[in-house]
Amino acid sequence: MTNLTELGVAALRDGFRAGDFSAREVADAFNANVAAAKALNAFIVETPDHALQAAEQADRDRSEGNLKPLSGVPIGMKDLFATKNVQTTAASHILEGFKPQYESTVSGKLWSAGAGMLGKLNLDQFAMGSSNETSYFGNVISPWRRPNDTAPLAPGGSSGGSSAAIAARLCPAATGTDTGGSIRQPAAFTGISGIKPTYGRCSRWGVVAFASSLDQAGPMANDVRDCAIMLENMAGFDPKDSTSLELAVPNWEAALSADLKGKKIGIPKEYRVDNMPAEIDALWEQGIQWLKDAGAEIVNVSLPHTKYALAAYYIIAPAEASSNLARYDGVRYGLRNLPDGAGLQDMYAATRAAGFGPEVKRRIMIGTYVLSAGFYDAYYTQAQKVRALIARDFERAFEQCDLLLTPTAPSAAFALGEKNADPLEMYLNDVFTVPTSLAGLPAMSVPGGVDAQGLPLGLQIIGRALDEQGVLNAGLAIEERAGFTARAGKWW
Amino acid sequence: MSVDHATVRKIASLARIAVSDAEVEAMVPELNAILGFVEQLGEVDTSAIQPMTAVIPNTLRLREDVVTDGNIRDAVLANAPAAEHGFFGVPKVIE
Repeated sequence: MTNLTELGVAALRDGFRAGDFSAREVADAFNANVAAAKALNAFIVETPDHALQAAEQADRDRSEGNLKPLSGVPIGMKDLFATKNVQTTAASHILEGFKPQYESTVSGKLWSAGAGMLGKLNLDQFAMGSSNETSYFGNVISPWRRPNDTAPLAPGGSSGGSSAAIAARLCPAATGTDTGGSIRQPAAFTGISGIKPTYGRCSRWGVVAFASSLDQAGPMANDVRDCAIMLENMAGFDPKDSTSLELAVPNWEAALSADLKGKKIGIPKEYRVDNMPAEIDALWEQGIQWLKDAGAEIVNVSLPHTKYALAAYYIIAPAEASSNLARYDGVRYGLRNLPDGAGLQDMYAATRAAGFGPEVKRRIMIGTYVLSAGFYDAYYTQAQKVRALIARDFERAFEQCDLLLTPTAPSAAFALGEKNADPLEMYLNDVFTVPTSLAGLPAMSVPGGVDAQGLPLGLQIIGRALDEQGVLNAGLAIEERAGFTARAGKWW
Repeated sequence: MSVDHATVRKIASLARIAVSDAEVEAMVPELNAILGFVEQLGEVDTSAIQPMTAVIPNTLRLREDVVTDGNIRDAVLANAPAAEHGFFGVPKVIE
């Protein structure tokens, strides 16, 4: 019999519909893989019963001829999405034990589509990080290792539980969120695919807020088709999110095509950064050849303000975070730290000191500073102006081309502990993904190959606003040509 | 611009985060490194540029002025560290 955990979303859905196996068998198989992979620390909470209940419902629905888009498919849920009566922490001590009394729009849509939940996936605390080293619940360990070396590697961040779990076949797909690269960089580090759709496609309602003008949910999965299926069932207008786009959800899966005839692909010269490993440059060149082979025409373009994107991001994102995270006060939910004899103000300060991790505190402090009286214009207003210039760069580039191709990250996965001495060095990981986030554009990472140590490397495709289809299609063209089959050897 | 110990204490107080002397000591160089990094934005000429307010053009919607939820007091209080008599409990604020 087929090893069910080797199958992706499309294969599980189609095999279940064809009667090759029951949803219960699928849920059992993935639940077993989750239970056997504690060493990866990918989950904060495991929810085998949720997966089983959805599976039993799917089996009943099938016998009644009532199939839903994701009937028979269990998934992982990043622990940034509020799930009713299931602990939701954003990987922070300050939310430990918090059981939402409501369901996020995105997770609710997935359950309505028939999916079941295997568990809540670990992440960087409040999605602030690029390596999963800021979680209160411990580091996620990548299933990948360097040859003859047991040093634990980073699964990327912030959606590192999602990326590790998919790469280790603990779930066929998972939700992620992307504020500055948190879907794409972990996908690249673990040899899987992930797409951040246009800002506003997926509702932010019920997603623990980090930086509201940047936060966007999206799927992570083994391949491009699975991402398209997941995204169709996550996206859609939601009146409860004021920035939700009032647009119909396209049939992305049905329109998938790897034929890029007539498409122009822009190569932004500013992404050739100093000290980029030769292997990444070579993979980028290979990607260009693959897209040419798919029928696309290559053009050189310029995004002149790229070098300022990280600096703008590290003003805007902390500023919004300092405001969003003001809600954690020890009064309404989550942790309360009340020293003897303390008043209300002391309780706030003690609660937040005990509840937030160092990186979260650092960003709240930066955000508070750049928004404080006397500094607001010099930092925040200037950053929002530079952001407008970065968005204009993309608009101008898209007058010459339909899509952009770049590497996803400036390196392969690094070892845990290797980069966390200097926050700035960690921030540089997002150099290729942050500009797209600032401009709200759709972008995806697909695996392109491996480096000399056998670790995965990703290529990023960026599209015009609302052109997820173009992004997915170019991703598919690369996927078909890259023939990426490398897998992490099982050690856990 | 850079921050000193007093400024870090002031920011921590504004952000309602209790900090020890050792934490302040560690934060001063960390925050200054980040502020030094973002300082480069000053070299961009933005004199003719409007700051971005919406990343994807969108208009704020209006809805009917009707009650759409409510009567969920117990759900609202369900996760409170201290809830009594249908209210959030906090330390005494008036002597």
